[in-house]
Amino acid sequence: MTVTAPPAPARSARRRRQRQRIPYALLLPALLGLAFLVLPLVGLLVRAPWSALPEQLSSPEVWQALKLSLISATAATAVSLVLGVPLAWLLARTTFPGRRFIRALVTLPLVLPPVVGGVALLLVLGRNGIVGRWLDSAFGLTLPFTTPGVVLAEAFVAMPFLVISVEGALRAADPRYEEAAATLGASRLTAFRRVTLPLVAPGIGAGAVLAWARALGEFGATITFAGNFPGRTQTMPLAVYLAMESDPEAAIALSLVLLAVSVAVLAGLRDRWLSAP
Amino acid sequence: MSTVRRRTAATAAVLALAAGLTACASSAGGDSAKPAASGSASSAPKPSGTVTVFAAASLKESFTDLGKKFEAANPGVKVTFNFGGSSALAQSIVGGAPADVFAAASPATMKTVTDAKAATGDPKVFVRNTLEIAVPKGNPKHIAGLKDLTGVKTALCAKEVPCGAAAVTALTAAGVNLTPVTLEQDVKGALTKVELGEVDASLVYRTDVKADAAKIDGVDFPEAAKAVNDYPITALAKAANADGAAAFVAYIQSADARKVLTEAGFQAP
Amino acid sequence: MTTALDALLRVDRAAFSLDLPLDAAPGEVVALLGPNGAGKSTALRALAGLLPLTDGHLRLDGAMLEDPAAGVHTPAEQRPVGVVFQDYLLFPHLSALDNVAFGLRCRGHRRREARALALPWLERMGLAEHAAARPGSLSGGQAQRVALARALAVRPRLLLLDEPLAALDARTRLDVRAQLRRHLAEFEAVAILVTHDPLDAMVLADRLVVIEDGRTVQSGTPSEISRRPRTDYIARLVGLNLYRGTAAGHRVELPDGQELFTSEEISGPAFVAFPPAAVTLHRHRPDGSARNVWPLTVAGLDLHGDQVRVDLTGPLPLAADLTPAAAAELDLAPGVEVWAAVKAAQTHAYPA
Repeated sequence: MTVTAPPAPARSARRRRQRQRIPYALLLPALLGLAFLVLPLVGLLVRAPWSALPEQLSSPEVWQALKLSLISATAATAVSLVLGVPLAWLLARTTFPGRRFIRALVTLPLVLPPVVGGVALLLVLGRNGIVGRWLDSAFGLTLPFTTPGVVLAEAFVAMPFLVISVEGALRAADPRYEEAAATLGASRLTAFRRVTLPLVAPGIGAGAVLAWARALGEFGATITFAGNFPGRTQTMPLAVYLAMESDPEAAIALSLVLLAVSVAVLAGLRDRWLSAP
Repeated sequence: MSTVRRRTAATAAVLALAAGLTACASSAGGDSAKPAASGSASSAPKPSGTVTVFAAASLKESFTDLGKKFEAANPGVKVTFNFGGSSALAQSIVGGAPADVFAAASPATMKTVTDAKAATGDPKVFVRNTLEIAVPKGNPKHIAGLKDLTGVKTALCAKEVPCGAAAVTALTAAGVNLTPVTLEQDVKGALTKVELGEVDASLVYRTDVKADAAKIDGVDFPEAAKAVNDYPITALAKAANADGAAAFVAYIQSADARKVLTEAGFQAP
Repeated sequence: MTTALDALLRVDRAAFSLDLPLDAAPGEVVALLGPNGAGKSTALRALAGLLPLTDGHLRLDGAMLEDPAAGVHTPAEQRPVGVVFQDYLLFPHLSALDNVAFGLRCRGHRRREARALALPWLERMGLAEHAAARPGSLSGGQAQRVALARALAVRPRLLLLDEPLAALDARTRLDVRAQLRRHLAEFEAVAILVTHDPLDAMVLADRLVVIEDGRTVQSGTPSEISRRPRTDYIARLVGLNLYRGTAAGHRVELPDGQELFTSEEISGPAFVAFPPAAVTLHRHRPDGSARNVWPLTVAGLDLHGDQVRVDLTGPLPLAADLTPAAAAELDLAPGVEVWAAVKAAQTHAYPA
């Protein structure tokens, strides 16, 4: 039960020993995998129009798209947290008929081509959609072609990552802590808020980062549901795609900006949120 | 020195990877290269083997049809298609994708290929396409011309893609200042938004309206004549099946082919 | 004796059923003793409200907490029940003090107030200086006391302890057991303790309820139970050889025809018990006064403290304790045939 951190020298000594023992059968595919993931990025860097970069990036549209991307990805992550964490709890901690089926449904956006997801969103929340029609007539609210529409499209694609991650953390967390809280007079909601949530915080953090990253790179569902209009719905991936149509160098420049920002944010968050338990 | 070498190696690896991926994605046949040697060895330019054609997405219906007719007229020849956005196709051709023929939806995208010296000779314009206003069936908003678009939700193509560039030309010619709700990545996107009723109108090609006539009505407008889009075709320099490529390009420019293309809504050049 | 706890715990599961009547007076400490899978934990969870009863009832201080027939089920968070879990389940993200204050906060106290009320409990457990410590940095014994303080801080009317000493090493266990005994003695309401360790049960509890397969097999004070076990399980726990038969005078006949002679006079169904130390072993048939003599075969030898426990098979399987010297002298080994003798005066017979 009691786990005390070994003193620093012992730990580094152990790490050194481990390094010597990595079997080639693991090292080789690991390095190949690394190369496979990193080389395309290297390609981007090599082909980047470094000299033209300042000019490419001076366009206000770039910063508009970047700002919109960051705002909408963050908002989509917030939406995913508010809706996804309770959903994960429901899936992990309760039993009800058809739970497996519901779980499969939740992961569906992972396999669904995002463009199809965008069309599906249009069919529900669009101007003629089942819910969208009602939103329009009752509140005068239309979601397609708006920034909230971007957030919804991104949340649709990103939330499953959060749900899966949090559900995993919940399943790994001992449910008896919730029972202990109950015997101390905590309602299920209090137990969830004051015991379960702090216990699975690393899982939630990891899920949120995954969801944020996925939302930041979202393309298909966004362009299908929210369209593409600079300053309102044109996020970086959309800007990159369209730049690719006419000016691949500009596309590479935009991609570099997106990459740099996301690497900076993810690396910054990693230590704070994802400290390995 | 070592940096340079490393960089070259890395670039080569990336390019190889990219080419490999495009090759995988481009054709299900994949055996296009093999019959080429025998084809070019024979003196008479009689087409044989597999002809791989990269063509703009808007050509899909008519070219699929024409491909079958070409195969019927030339026994032993097989035509495989890779339809996609003209820009993306042009870039994969420049990147080394194995294609024999390229048919683009705009001279600008063709220019990518000719600039890279990847085409044989000068590309030939084989059809032209003009814009129409696509509206939902029955034209509920009674749109009669470009000026009517200012009061409704409109989708345009982004100016980076040919249909968007044409739309800008037409709107400028008409003196209409229009703020669309969305600038779509391609013409199908603009069309889908009309089909789903999310927008009231969009500017798309006549051929697209024709292909989707069950759900979409087209509204002609005079300024369309100012924004005509030329479709050039060329055989490619690195064609594995040069004879087949030449024969297919010639066939597309024939009267037979033109008939099929006109039926699809294209205009003769 | 007033009854504070009045329960009939019935829980039906696919492969298992619990049917356990349980009463306790205020201030009484009752130990549920039984082998693994006997239903102890099920009973504890049912008392805590973590597992609904299928049938029966649960009344505490006159209030009906659960009565399935009448559709009454008070959820765990509304029961005046405190639980010390086997591995304590201290919330790892909260300090020791906040763990103890947790229940008070759930009962509506503000954070500052709850902490002020919680601190005396830690002081009482001698842990005031560990108030800010996270559970991960506490020793097993300290964690156990924090768990006890946490359960007591909400002033439960029923305190449930699930194997409270099982997670501790032997040395800590001795200390913690003594402390726990003191705290339980001070506790004014009912305490129910679940354990599979007879020593814990006997030291800590006023009364033992022995359960096997979901049923009570025996209940009584620790001394009653240790003197007069009624099942093989208890006999093994308290270290006695136990036989059941039919008595007539000083003679008890066992079902397989063997006989045992006792000094007590008794008739009808009876148990006979004697400690392994009362058994003497001989290479040849002893000619002394012992009337209980059987030729047996050594099945196994085991060192128990400073005694050698010899398991014997034959007409009357039994366990005998010898000094290592005696065992060496007899040259005992599995398969060796010996004579076992028990004096009638060293057996104890009581009605079954």
